Amino acid sequence: MTETPLISTKGLSVHYPLRGTLIGPKPVVRAVENVSIDIAPGSFFGLVGESGSGKTTFGRALLRAAPITRGDVTYDDGEVRYDLPKLEGRELKEYRSRAQLIFQDPYAALSPRMTVRDIIAEPLEVMGLTNSREETDERVREIAAKCRLNLEHLRRFPHAFSGGQRQRISIARALVSRPRFVVADESVAALDVSIQADVLNLLKSIQQEMGLTFLFISHDLSVVAHICDNVAVMYLGRLMETAPTRELFSAPRHPYTQALLSAIPSLDPEDRRGGQKLLGEIPSPTNPPPGCKFQTRCPFAQDRCRKEEPELAHIGKGHNVSCHRWEELAAEKVLA
Amino acid sequence: MSRLIDVENLTLQFDTDEGRITAVDDVSFSLEAGEVMGLVGESGSGKSVTAKSLMKLNAGNAIYGERTKITLHLKGGPIDVMGLKSARDMQVVRGGAISMIFQEPMASFAPAISIGNQMVEQLQIHTDMSKKKAREVSIEMLDRVGISDASKRFSQYAFELSGGMRQRAMIAMALSTKPKLLIADEPTTALDVTIQAQVIDLMKDLVAEFGMGIIFITHDLGVIAQTADKVAVMYLGRIVEQGPVRDVIRSPAHPYTKGLLAALPHLDDLDAPLIPVPGDIPSPLERPTGCVFNTRCSVAIEGRCQRELPRFTQIDATHRVACHLFTKESVSA
Repeated sequence: MTETPLISTKGLSVHYPLRGTLIGPKPVVRAVENVSIDIAPGSFFGLVGESGSGKTTFGRALLRAAPITRGDVTYDDGEVRYDLPKLEGRELKEYRSRAQLIFQDPYAALSPRMTVRDIIAEPLEVMGLTNSREETDERVREIAAKCRLNLEHLRRFPHAFSGGQRQRISIARALVSRPRFVVADESVAALDVSIQADVLNLLKSIQQEMGLTFLFISHDLSVVAHICDNVAVMYLGRLMETAPTRELFSAPRHPYTQALLSAIPSLDPEDRRGGQKLLGEIPSPTNPPPGCKFQTRCPFAQDRCRKEEPELAHIGKGHNVSCHRWEELAAEKVLA
Repeated sequence: MSRLIDVENLTLQFDTDEGRITAVDDVSFSLEAGEVMGLVGESGSGKSVTAKSLMKLNAGNAIYGERTKITLHLKGGPIDVMGLKSARDMQVVRGGAISMIFQEPMASFAPAISIGNQMVEQLQIHTDMSKKKAREVSIEMLDRVGISDASKRFSQYAFELSGGMRQRAMIAMALSTKPKLLIADEPTTALDVTIQAQVIDLMKDLVAEFGMGIIFITHDLGVIAQTADKVAVMYLGRIVEQGPVRDVIRSPAHPYTKGLLAALPHLDDLDAPLIPVPGDIPSPLERPTGCVFNTRCSVAIEGRCQRELPRFTQIDATHRVACHLFTKESVSA
C-alpha cells in the first residue's frame, strides 16, 4: 500500500501495573504487547479474538483512552498528523473530535434521563464545535437523518426505543462531531440477527458516504468477514495473524485463526463435524505461558514453541503471521 | 422413543400497569425423550416465557389461558402441570423432572455460597441422598462436564470461575438430579465461539448418555443447526413454523424464517448482501391483528394478512407453517 495509513502503530504496548511486592520489579499485566498494524484511510479494519485477548484495550489505546506504555502510534488524515503518545491539552481535545467510539451495549451506553436530541448534541456542546443552538440542532438533525431517526424520535427518551434503534442513536452520537476514525467495539454483539444485519448495513453505507475509517472489534468472525477489508487476530495481547479478509478466510495460516473459524457453528444440519475444536481456555494475562502465547492450546506446539516467542513474519500480500511452524503446516496442508 | 411432554394451546397473558399483554398465544408442541427441540426467535418473541411455563415459573401476574394443557409423562404416570397449585406440589416438576440452565451463568449462582454447597443443597431437596453422597455425586458431575480438579472447584465460589467454567458448573448442577427434561435458555450466548463449541459438544454427549429431552432456546440458527432435531420458530408469542431442523433450515416456508436466515452472514459467500428483517418487533401492547408478522412482512397479502389469523398448513407430515401464502391446495399442487 503506497497510501499513507490513517492509523499506524509500531510496537504498541499497553501494560497495567499489578500490586507488587516491596522488593524486585513491579509485576505488570501485558494487556497489549508489541502490536504493529496499519489502518488505511477509508477502510474497515477488523480485530478479532476471544474475551481477554486485548482487543478492547488496543482499540481504546488508539483513542488515547488506555495508557500507551511503549511504541509509536501516528494518526494522519491529510490535514493533521498526530503522534498519539505525546498528545496533550488542546491537541488531544482536537483529536477526540476526530476519533470516536461506538459502544457494545446500547442499553447501558445511553443516559435514561436525557432526550435523544440531547444525547446526540452532547459531544458538540462538550467540544464546543458549534456556535449557536440553531447550528447544534442543524447538525443533530443532519446526522439523525443519516441514521434513520426522525424528528419525533429526537424528542423521546431512550427507554422508548428497541435495541436496534438505540444502537442507531449511539452511532449518531459518535458521528455528530464528524470524526475520521471510529472504533466500533462489539457494536452488534448485543443485537438480534435480524437487527444486526440492519446496523451493519447502516455502518457500511455511512462509512462510504462520509469516508470514514473503522476499527471494527468483534468476536464474531462471520460478521467481520462480511464487513471488513482487513482482519487482525489477537490472542493474549499479541497479534497472531493479519491479512486481507478474503486471504485470511481462504488461507488462514495460524492454528488459532483456524480454530476460531472451525468453531463457528455451521448452518448446515448435516455438517455436524467435530472439526478442530480448541480445548481449554485463554490463560490469565497475569500469568502468561512462556514462548508462543498460544502453545498451551495449540495442537501443533513443539519444544521450540514452548521456549521461544515467534516474531510476526511477513508472508506476502499484506499477510503476516506469528507462528514458528506456519510453513510446515501449510506445506502439510494441515490447515485448510 | 417415548413421549416426554405435550404442550397444548399454551396461552399466557400478563397483567401490567399498561394493560393486559399477550406473551404466548396458542402454542402447541411435543417432545420425545432424547430429543432436542430448538426454540428460535428475536428478543420479545416469547421463547423464554414459553419454556418457563412448563414449570409455571412465570411471575405472579401471569394468567394462563383456559385451554392450556401441559402434560408431563413420567414413569409414575402423566402429570398435569397446570393442575399443580402449591409450591410443594411443584417440586416434582421444578428441579425434579425439569431442570433449567440460564443465559447468564454469573447471575444464576448465589455469589456468597460455594458452587459445591449449592449443588448439594438442591440434591438434598430433590433426592433422598445423604449429604456425603450428594457431595460425591456433585464432584463426579463436575468432573463429567470437563471441570479439572473437581474437588477443588467444588469449594470455590462463582466469581473464581471463568465464564465457560461457570456454564459447565451450571450444566453439572442442572443434570445432577437426573432430570427428564432440560431447558437451556441461551446457554452459549454469553460465551466465546471456542467455548460455545465446547459447551455444545458437551450437551450433545450428555443427551446421548442420559437420554433426556432438551428444549434449546437461542436466537442463533447456527447453534440450532448443530444441536437440534426439530425446531419451532416463534414470533410475538406464536409459533409461525415448526418441523425437523433440516427441513426448516434448508427449505424455510414462513417469510419470517426466511428473513432470519437471510440476515445471517454466510462464510461461504462473503459478497452476499445481509438482508435485515425490516422494522422492529412491535411492542406487545400494540399487537398486530391478523397475522402477527404482517407489519414486517414483505409479501403480506393486502387486506387478508391484516385481518385474518393464519392457521397451520402441513407442508408434509412433520413440517408445518402458519402463513396465508400456504394453503392445502398450494402445498399439494
